[in-house]
Amino acid sequence: MSTYILPMLVFGAIGLAAGVLLTVCSKIFEVKTDERIEAVNEALPQVNCGSCGFSGCADYASAIVINGVPTNMCKPGGVECSKKIAEIMGMEEMAVMPQVAVVLCNGDCKATESKFVFQGVQSCKAANRFYNGSEVCTHGCLGFGDCAKVCPQNAIIVKDGLARIDKSKCIGCGLCTKACPDKLIVLRDIDKKIDVCCSSTEIGKIVRSVCKSGCIGCKMCEKKCEHDAIHVENNLARIDYSKCTACGACADACPTKAIRKCDMLYV
Amino acid sequence: MKELLVILMSAMLVDNFVLSKFMGICPFLGVSKKLDSAVGMGAAVTFVMVCATLCTYPIYTLILVPMGLEYMKTIAFILIIALFVQLVEMILKKKIPSLYNALGVFLPLITTNCAVLGVTILNIDSGYTLLQSVVNALGAGLGFTLALVIFSGVRSRVNSSDIPETFKGIPATLIAASIVSVSFMGFSGLFG
Repeated sequence: MSTYILPMLVFGAIGLAAGVLLTVCSKIFEVKTDERIEAVNEALPQVNCGSCGFSGCADYASAIVINGVPTNMCKPGGVECSKKIAEIMGMEEMAVMPQVAVVLCNGDCKATESKFVFQGVQSCKAANRFYNGSEVCTHGCLGFGDCAKVCPQNAIIVKDGLARIDKSKCIGCGLCTKACPDKLIVLRDIDKKIDVCCSSTEIGKIVRSVCKSGCIGCKMCEKKCEHDAIHVENNLARIDYSKCTACGACADACPTKAIRKCDMLYV
Repeated sequence: MKELLVILMSAMLVDNFVLSKFMGICPFLGVSKKLDSAVGMGAAVTFVMVCATLCTYPIYTLILVPMGLEYMKTIAFILIIALFVQLVEMILKKKIPSLYNALGVFLPLITTNCAVLGVTILNIDSGYTLLQSVVNALGAGLGFTLALVIFSGVRSRVNSSDIPETFKGIPATLIAASIVSVSFMGFSGLFG
């Protein structure tokens, strides 16, 4: 029996002695931390997406309390979070407009074709290095879902070779915008519901030959817009969101339906 | 006296834990980016090594050997090392918070730093007395610091040079580490 009991007793004693020593020392070397850091940290959504520019929610919380960083930098937390933090810090609330990510491509399997079957590493980054991907259009969504992999909210799915974002789940952290090798995903304010779902800067003829729903630069939208908010630059319509009222006139006028009024779901 | 000096120097240079025995590579690569944190890490590891040796030697000779529990030494030593790492962490957090932040996760990782466990076990295996063990631990710690300091210098030089895209980051660092290691081979046979 002593083969088992003895080591247990000895190690119990050593462990106990170490524990007592550490407890005493932790009292001696106690560090007072600002309790507001903990409170702010709790108010943050704890997704640790890093879109505020800090390494995580805890890091941002201590930056707010110690360095006086603005309280409205948390995109997932949005208005509510900013309000709570401002309350804790005793500061005035700062305005935040929640943002969502949109995929600026409309070319699913029905609209565009493949040049070849890509059998390398199944990621957009790898596919893009190989002749700009297997899609005929070199500005289109590659559909391997690099964006979906980084999304902390699982808001992105790839359907018919096109990434689609669930706007109700999207927290606007912007991780997908960095993951997309073609930079097809952008962030915009959630209430600006019109998007030009194409990123091709090729001339209309080429766009038309590779994709049924690309922007051909016909300027119909420019003519219909009453607010001078949409312009064609480099053969691609661009919306000036500071002027856009989301009336939808451009979307109705677009012959290829590249301009879309996006509702909350997968589009 | 001469014997102690030989132990100290050979632990530092000839049998340098990082560059000759390849122990403690993790903090060697992780904390050698800046000179300040390299010195801090070296000091922390040296402190833990010396204190752990001071504790593990009596525990081994006075408790484990009489009870026939030599086979439990690894566990006992890890326990002691963990204790001292916790102590160092508390002290640093209180006294030098900037160093505490700079070391980050590598500070608790000293617990599992094989150089620390290695020095305590090697002391026992080489049959050193307490004084010799402490000197050996001190030498090992200083050698670890030396390796970190030298390598942080090498690393800052590597970072500012124009290296091919493929080798940027970890590959260049590992190659540099191997070259520094080769240079330490020159010390072998110093105390014949």
